[in-house]
Amino acid sequence: MNEAQASQASRSPRTAPAPIIELSAVCKAYAKPSGEPLPVLIDINLTINEGEIVGLLGRSGCGKSTLLRTIGGLISPTSGSVLYRGQPLLGPPAGIAIVFQSFALFPWLTVLENVEIALDALALKRDEVRRKALAAIDLIGLDGFQSAYPREISGGMRQRVGFARALAIEPALMLMDEPFSALDVLTAETLRTDLVEMWREGRLPLKSILLVTHNIEEAVLMCDRAVILSSNPGRIAAEIAIPLPHPRDRQDPRFRELVDEIYGVLTQRRIEVTPTAGSSIAQLLPRASAIAMVGLIEAVAAPPFNNRADLAELARSLNFEIDDLFPLADGLHLLQFAELTEGELTLTADGARLAQMSTDERKALFAQHLVRCVPLAAHVVEVLNRREEHRAPRRRFQLELEDHLSPEHADGVLRTVINWGRYAELFTYDTRTHTFEAFQPLTGNGEPDVESARGSP
Amino acid sequence: MAADSLSVSPADLRAHAIGEVSSRLPSLWDLAALLLVLGVVVLLGSGARQMTAPLELRTAPEISLAPAALPMYAVRTTLRMLAAMIASLIFTFVYATAAAKSRRLEIVLIPVLDVLQSVPILGYLSFTVVFFVSLFPGNALGPELAAIFAIFTSQAWNMAFSFYQSLRTVPTDLEQAAASFRLTAWQRFWTLEVPFAMPGLVWNMMMSMSGGWFFVVASEAIAVGKLQIALPGVGSYVALAIQNRDLAAVGWAILAMTITILLYDQLMFRPIVAWSDKFRAELTPSPIVPTSWVLELFRRSSLMRIVGHPLRAILRLALRSRLRPPRQAAARREPLISGRAVDYGWYAIVAATALWTSTAMIRMVAPHLSWAEVGRVLFCGIITFTRVMVLIILASLVWVPIGVLVGLRPRLTQLIQPLAQFLAAFPANLLFPIAVFMIVRYRLSTNIWLSPLMILGTQWYILFNVIAGASAFPGDFREATLSFHIRGWRWWREVMLPAIFPYYITGAITASGGAWNASVVAEAVSWGKTDLTATGLGAYIERMTNAGDFPRLALGIATMSLMVILTNRLIWRPLYTIAEERTRLG
Repeated sequence: MNEAQASQASRSPRTAPAPIIELSAVCKAYAKPSGEPLPVLIDINLTINEGEIVGLLGRSGCGKSTLLRTIGGLISPTSGSVLYRGQPLLGPPAGIAIVFQSFALFPWLTVLENVEIALDALALKRDEVRRKALAAIDLIGLDGFQSAYPREISGGMRQRVGFARALAIEPALMLMDEPFSALDVLTAETLRTDLVEMWREGRLPLKSILLVTHNIEEAVLMCDRAVILSSNPGRIAAEIAIPLPHPRDRQDPRFRELVDEIYGVLTQRRIEVTPTAGSSIAQLLPRASAIAMVGLIEAVAAPPFNNRADLAELARSLNFEIDDLFPLADGLHLLQFAELTEGELTLTADGARLAQMSTDERKALFAQHLVRCVPLAAHVVEVLNRREEHRAPRRRFQLELEDHLSPEHADGVLRTVINWGRYAELFTYDTRTHTFEAFQPLTGNGEPDVESARGSP
Repeated sequence: MAADSLSVSPADLRAHAIGEVSSRLPSLWDLAALLLVLGVVVLLGSGARQMTAPLELRTAPEISLAPAALPMYAVRTTLRMLAAMIASLIFTFVYATAAAKSRRLEIVLIPVLDVLQSVPILGYLSFTVVFFVSLFPGNALGPELAAIFAIFTSQAWNMAFSFYQSLRTVPTDLEQAAASFRLTAWQRFWTLEVPFAMPGLVWNMMMSMSGGWFFVVASEAIAVGKLQIALPGVGSYVALAIQNRDLAAVGWAILAMTITILLYDQLMFRPIVAWSDKFRAELTPSPIVPTSWVLELFRRSSLMRIVGHPLRAILRLALRSRLRPPRQAAARREPLISGRAVDYGWYAIVAATALWTSTAMIRMVAPHLSWAEVGRVLFCGIITFTRVMVLIILASLVWVPIGVLVGLRPRLTQLIQPLAQFLAAFPANLLFPIAVFMIVRYRLSTNIWLSPLMILGTQWYILFNVIAGASAFPGDFREATLSFHIRGWRWWREVMLPAIFPYYITGAITASGGAWNASVVAEAVSWGKTDLTATGLGAYIERMTNAGDFPRLALGIATMSLMVILTNRLIWRPLYTIAEERTRLG
């Protein structure tokens, strides 16, 4: 703890900041059906001090929401300690408020009542509750909307209610769980700049903010420091200080540098985590649709990238967030259509070739790579060929995978393999009967193709 | 009856129709629940048998056939309905909350609810009448409570199911918001859980009400052995009219009932529906906002505002006050090993109780029964089952095409839908005398011509659900079928029938459940001194009720419950699951 405080103090030398929340060696695991623990968060050490906005970045499923809810007292950690103002955290404390991605407004309460409900827990006098609620509504620019129901106002206004509700209780720490991701680009930007401005001017009645996001630019735009989580299980991969002055300019080279740096950290961790092909059928597959992957190949092959793309650039040109882009990039890397190195995606020879092909040729090439790089796909084809009726129930593979993976992961892997196999015309899948079927049950073009695919290097 | 203006989720439909569809619970619990419920019913009955002898009502109120007496009777009948509805609401809040909050209670309470839904209400009416009469000997309060209890049992189960399902599907983010603002369990219940459950609950209350009129009419006048009960009400009025072969009086009763139901709808349900619209959990504005002139009147009148304001303030204070210090949410830990031990202890208690009641039941009933009797009851059951199924098919053949044609025409829908809903609410047993009169007059076969009575009141559920389904058919789909020239039989088979299937199934399930219940009064009817009976389980139960033969009555009820449960499990639930899967996109 002392060490952490010391390092904090050295980072912001103005005054010694008071820690609001201190996490040390926090781990969180859920029990699998088998009773085995499934770790979600491992060894999280994090301090949030007064006067800072901290960004928590990571891909979907990296446990950042779990971490936010642990800090909010909604979830208790399996091990490790969480201190709020130096005291162990037991349940949601009075000084922490959450802003939700989905707004979490009560549809049957008016704007004013939705803000008041946060104050109900403080055992204040009626007129005191009313005064504070109106002050928060006024601050956040919702004047005139007090008696509207959430369904009557736009998404941006709804999230403003979410902010007003959190601010009304004048929290020490405001936790924001991807608060802008359900809004359209323009509305989100307005809300972001409004918030940062009020924060800079000291008009927000709070001491610090933790912003969970998967939008790298958003983090660089708003935060003093970005904490990056790696996935499966979540642990802190890096902490990057963002010492840029406000207002920040997205076109500023130093801004771009920081964005690239964070992309680098995230992809670096990805490559380590994704197991290399050829080992076993129990391999985690990214949730990426075949069609979208082919679309990404086309985008990378075309100018201005010409077979080699900077991920940050690519994301911006496609208007993708990292949760859209990374699964596709992972998939291409896995299928050896592209190389994913630190922050860059480079097409392989086959990848570049695929971009120029017709649909049928693409499918054939995709099938070759699929059988070569994804042992599970090869296994499915082999099982279907071995069986006389060329059919196999999903359960058969599900159980096989569950020897090594959690049921949810096994399910996800099967979904991906079904999507890829269908595109490649390697096999089909009947959703009603939950069975895999050979694409062409009789020995037609399918089988020799597969044989040759397996034979080719 | 204003269901057309209320948005209803599939879960609500399901709650009304069959409760939990995909039961997560092992079927062993269902068996335990079945044994428990039947055991209690039979034990109550056997206990009741010993009590019947000394029971007599000192002051049997006279029923008058004068039309002038009817308004008062209608008021009495309506008050019974209201009392039962309040009891059902309290039951719902307690029972469903217990089931949703406690895993251990859930595994018992939910299967029990499922079985309760399948027990024929009019079957055990005699048990409960005797029970309540013996609680307040010589007092009219006993039969009064028995009648209210009968209505309660026709209303409470689906309301509880709906509330339980809502509690289990409260959105996680709202739950977490409530937790992070440290609302107490009491505050959360009234500010989050009840409002969230409100649309489904209101819809199920309306369905319950509409079913309830049938039972209030049936339960006001009842004879158990030598005990004759006639409570002042529309039901007793009709019963007396039947005894006196007074067709005109029957007509007056029908008129009185019609007016009552219409008033009830306008004065009570439309305002409630219009008010509950704000509890819809969706964040999109509703296409049709339900309105009610009564509610508008209340909202606009200054008198109401003066009276209403302090009332609201008090209510608000009560519902939003912190009754307890905030619960320490983080204290919830993963179940410990001792928790598992408690589990096994609990299972053992449930199993032992089920075992005990079932052996007690068998010991009580078995000496009076022979295998031949069991065979006879089974045969009767199969006859009634066949009747119900044939009637459902016939009613479907008639009402599905009509419902589709009406539902696709918005203006016609606006006219027909309220009528269909009114007909579903109208207690069909008031119309029985007219049918019986015809059968007697033209000497028709009772086995065939009594059957339609079973479905007389419940066929409308098929009609209005199909109308609802057809009017919800997306405009895009309509235009697509037009542009691709999909017509004739192909249009029905590939487009329309699959589109309305889930709605149809919901209606058919309700109709079938209602028909089983109605069989008890429909298979044996009388007109003056003339008694008409058809062969069937309903007639069997009715006969045993009149004879006060409790062991045989118990056998009849148990058999009917089992058959209803089996039809639900083996026919309706699979169909519902298919309907749900087929119509889901993605």
